[in-house]
Amino acid sequence: MSELTALSLTAAAAGIRAKKFSSVELVDAHLSAITAQNPALNAFITVTAEAAQQAAKAYDAKPTPDALLPGLPIGMKDLFCTKGVRTTAASKILGNFIPPYESTVSANLAAAGAITVGKLNLDEFAMGSANITSAYGAVKNPLKANDDTALCRVPGGSSGGSASAVKAGLCLAATGTDTGGSIRQPAAFCGIVGLKPTYGRCSRWGIIAFASSLDQAGPMTRTVTDAALMLRAMAGFDPKDSTSVDTPVPDYTAAIGQSIKGKRIGLPKEYRLDGTAPAVLAMWDKAAQALREAGAEVVEVSLPHTAYALPTYYIIAPAEASSNLARYDGVRFGARVDGDTLDHLYENTRAAGFGAEVQRRILIGTYVLSAGYYDAYYLKAQKVRALIARDFSEAFKSVDALLTPTAPTEAFRLGEEPKDPVAMYLNDVFTIPASLAGVPALALPGGYADNGLPLGVQLIGNHWQEETLLSIGAVLEQAL
Amino acid sequence: MSTPYRIKGRTGDWELVMGLEVHAQVISQSKLFSGASTLFGAEPNANVSFVDAGFPGMLPVINGVCVEQAIKTGLGLNAVINTTSIFDRKNYFYADLPSGYQISQYQQPIVGEGWLDIELEDGSTKRIGIERLHLEQDAGKSIHDQHPTKSYVDLNRAGVALMEIVSKPDLSAPFEAAAYIKKLRGILRALGTCDGNMEEGNLRCDVNVSVRKPGAPLGTRCEIKNVNSVRFVVQAIEFEAARQIEILEDGGTIRQETRLYDSAKGETRSMRGKENAHDYRYFPDPDLLPLMIPQAQIDRIRAAMPELPEARRKRFVTQYGVAPQDALLLAEENDIAAYFEEAAKGATDAKLLASWAVGELFAALNKAGTGIENSPLSPARLRGLVELISNGTISGRIAKDVFALMLESQDEAAAIVEAKGLRQVSDTGALEKAIAEVLAANPDKVTEYKSGKDKLFGFFVGAVMKATGGKANPGVVNDLLKKALG
Amino acid sequence: MALSTDTVSNVARLSRLAITPERLPALAAELNNILGFIEQLSAVNTDGVEPLRSVSAATLRLREDAATDGNQAEAVTANAPEKSHGFFVVPKVVE
Repeated sequence: MSELTALSLTAAAAGIRAKKFSSVELVDAHLSAITAQNPALNAFITVTAEAAQQAAKAYDAKPTPDALLPGLPIGMKDLFCTKGVRTTAASKILGNFIPPYESTVSANLAAAGAITVGKLNLDEFAMGSANITSAYGAVKNPLKANDDTALCRVPGGSSGGSASAVKAGLCLAATGTDTGGSIRQPAAFCGIVGLKPTYGRCSRWGIIAFASSLDQAGPMTRTVTDAALMLRAMAGFDPKDSTSVDTPVPDYTAAIGQSIKGKRIGLPKEYRLDGTAPAVLAMWDKAAQALREAGAEVVEVSLPHTAYALPTYYIIAPAEASSNLARYDGVRFGARVDGDTLDHLYENTRAAGFGAEVQRRILIGTYVLSAGYYDAYYLKAQKVRALIARDFSEAFKSVDALLTPTAPTEAFRLGEEPKDPVAMYLNDVFTIPASLAGVPALALPGGYADNGLPLGVQLIGNHWQEETLLSIGAVLEQAL
Repeated sequence: MSTPYRIKGRTGDWELVMGLEVHAQVISQSKLFSGASTLFGAEPNANVSFVDAGFPGMLPVINGVCVEQAIKTGLGLNAVINTTSIFDRKNYFYADLPSGYQISQYQQPIVGEGWLDIELEDGSTKRIGIERLHLEQDAGKSIHDQHPTKSYVDLNRAGVALMEIVSKPDLSAPFEAAAYIKKLRGILRALGTCDGNMEEGNLRCDVNVSVRKPGAPLGTRCEIKNVNSVRFVVQAIEFEAARQIEILEDGGTIRQETRLYDSAKGETRSMRGKENAHDYRYFPDPDLLPLMIPQAQIDRIRAAMPELPEARRKRFVTQYGVAPQDALLLAEENDIAAYFEEAAKGATDAKLLASWAVGELFAALNKAGTGIENSPLSPARLRGLVELISNGTISGRIAKDVFALMLESQDEAAAIVEAKGLRQVSDTGALEKAIAEVLAANPDKVTEYKSGKDKLFGFFVGAVMKATGGKANPGVVNDLLKKALG
Repeated sequence: MALSTDTVSNVARLSRLAITPERLPALAAELNNILGFIEQLSAVNTDGVEPLRSVSAATLRLREDAATDGNQAEAVTANAPEKSHGFFVVPKVVE
């Protein structure tokens, strides 16, 4: 990393405002880093160098130092539609789709002064936990274990490109989306910070949908303060999204540095799973201890339906996805594979355009919604989901936040991922419950595995308690 | 009670059991879930937002007016308004369904059970139950005749709000189905929630038809899709009932299926292509939250409900003394009712005015192929004409001539009567003179009359009228003639 | 509830995914593995539990009725694989 690409988002903003460097210098430094490292990492699907340089020049010509992200280069997960810039969702089926509109979140970021340097790789349609299902190739984690001789680790998924690029210094921060852990698990694997906000905090308008009742955009950054800063720029009420909530966006950075003395932190006993790596459990204990030392009261709590979160998620998410992905039919946009009838055109287009994991989830989702099975699967899952949400609301009657590991292991080697899809799904065991309940969760580096790779710790808060998470997260960040 | 409708078969009488599903396009500026215009007849894909075209990342936001219209219609159908309702996705693939699903309402519609009364031929009424009303998106349109091997897709209609209004299976005769549609259309128009235009497809009917021996359990039904006129509904039902009876009488069974009415051939035929095991996989649309309707909103809409045709008809009879048959015609449509009420303002004889509106005016409008909104006679001019009859200035017969002249000018009736000298002659002196002349010219007839041929009285009246150019007051002529003929 | 290859084939048709018959057995095994996992849910007692409608406490907001969108036929069809005279074009659909 050069001096400029090693800066935090917050420090870069200060540097620009103090005229220590220009936006052009900052953007160019990151574009150079992309040129140098992206061939190995494959974090970007599309690099928008020219547009970024123009935007940087424009910023320098007419600076807006009061902006939240003045002329700062960021990366955009390629699930956000960007006007005039190819948007792929890492799927072949979108072909050369060029959106004629800009997603609300990316527009908010641009309005805050941020400059997008490119579109970041991800698991196809955000379905995956290792970023190996992308039609544009797997992404590599920029970190190596002590005994690795080359880059060989997965960055996690689905926002794997975002995590990899932020860690490697290819952008100061990146957007992610989280449906069941897609921001938090890659943040843990790459040793960065990721925040999944409360459902309804960031507009979903213009983000390619995976599972509408779960999808939520959030920041992926190198520090907790950066996450606070970036969330403030991303969030906001959007009348174009019926699930967006009309509540003011606070200055999240004001939460940083606040005392957590007297805060009550819960350790959900059901998260102490068999088979969790000892290093993960040790990290969890150490984090709890750090909070105690900062004056928090740490107590054990129970979320009794935790064990059912994964199966619930693997009904609801595929069901919604099977319907959300019906629009990719080769008629109005995207790739088409011809057929002699309309149905054959659909079947050929979709069979060729979707990868194996996406097809699997479409089939499962179609099946659980089909006649005769709806009650047993989908309706049952929505009832269990209500119980899971109730677990959280009960817990938050007695604690301010929950502390858990982010993922059960450190990043695994590419090619050594579980071949059984169900085993792969277990990667999200700690992140999915908060997604189902719609509550905010912050993942940050919590320690290291024996092989030197980072481990993530997660803070889960009640609805709209992002500030609580950020203040506790900042304390943990200092201590760990 | 009227005699139940029966169809004679070879094996005896058959009874019809029918329910109607009506798709009524909601009157609104923009679509149910997008801001694209609902205007008819635009260039292909002009009235299309990226939401309507199912583009990636696009989200639905519901149109408040469409919700209001559905509530209003529900109230007009005496129905329960559900304060919580849910939008579901109905999943299937079709060229004119861009998202691969239609947003509709499945288990919790916005409007629940209600009813409307239809008038039967014998003047009695029959209550038809309404099962439900729900809001849903219309589909786009595929055009098949532009290219030998391709279909062209236009999404202008995709996403336009429809109300699907489902009746209970309470209809048991073709004319009942026709009466139901007409009644429903009248209500929709009076409420301003749907224009009822069947030719443009703004009101479409699916008819569920089954037959059974009277009193027997329900038979298997067939659904006839998208019938686009009242006449075709009647024809389709008649054909379909006969088809089903023939199959059953031949010992066959009815296959539950969707059928299409071919108006050119006057028959229904199976749409097998549409049916390969549909499984719509309904589930609540996660892009939309539950629709909650505050009771206060329902109360506000109820308080502002316009008068419906049926109530208006009754009022026209009691308030104006209009003949029931005339009231039916005048109360059906808002524009016509408003015209009549404007014309009736201060009229001496509103009943007579009503019969003039229904008779001469409607005939003239029909002949001109136009509606009341383009009436050549303003309400005030019609009233002016009828007043001249009421106060004896002109006779009804002369009034018809005056009416004809009014169609071709902007003149008031009184001015025409003055200019043309059409004022009725009631001056006994002048009439006695005319009568004397007529009697003098027809001594034979006078003799015949006096010897008992009473029928000749009409001849004398006619002759006097003719002699006075039609201007004689018929009542006065009668009296004077009787006197003269002794 | 183990899925037969016939069921998988039917679900694939509903999903409009062309699957060659040779792939069906392997796919059925994969899907059965996942279904076996999610069927754990049958163990949860959900008597009297209302299904969750949304994690948000909010209810549906109503939009103002105004024609604010559209008139962009060019943009709407710009990404289409096949178009003609402003229409999207598909193989002929026979009703």
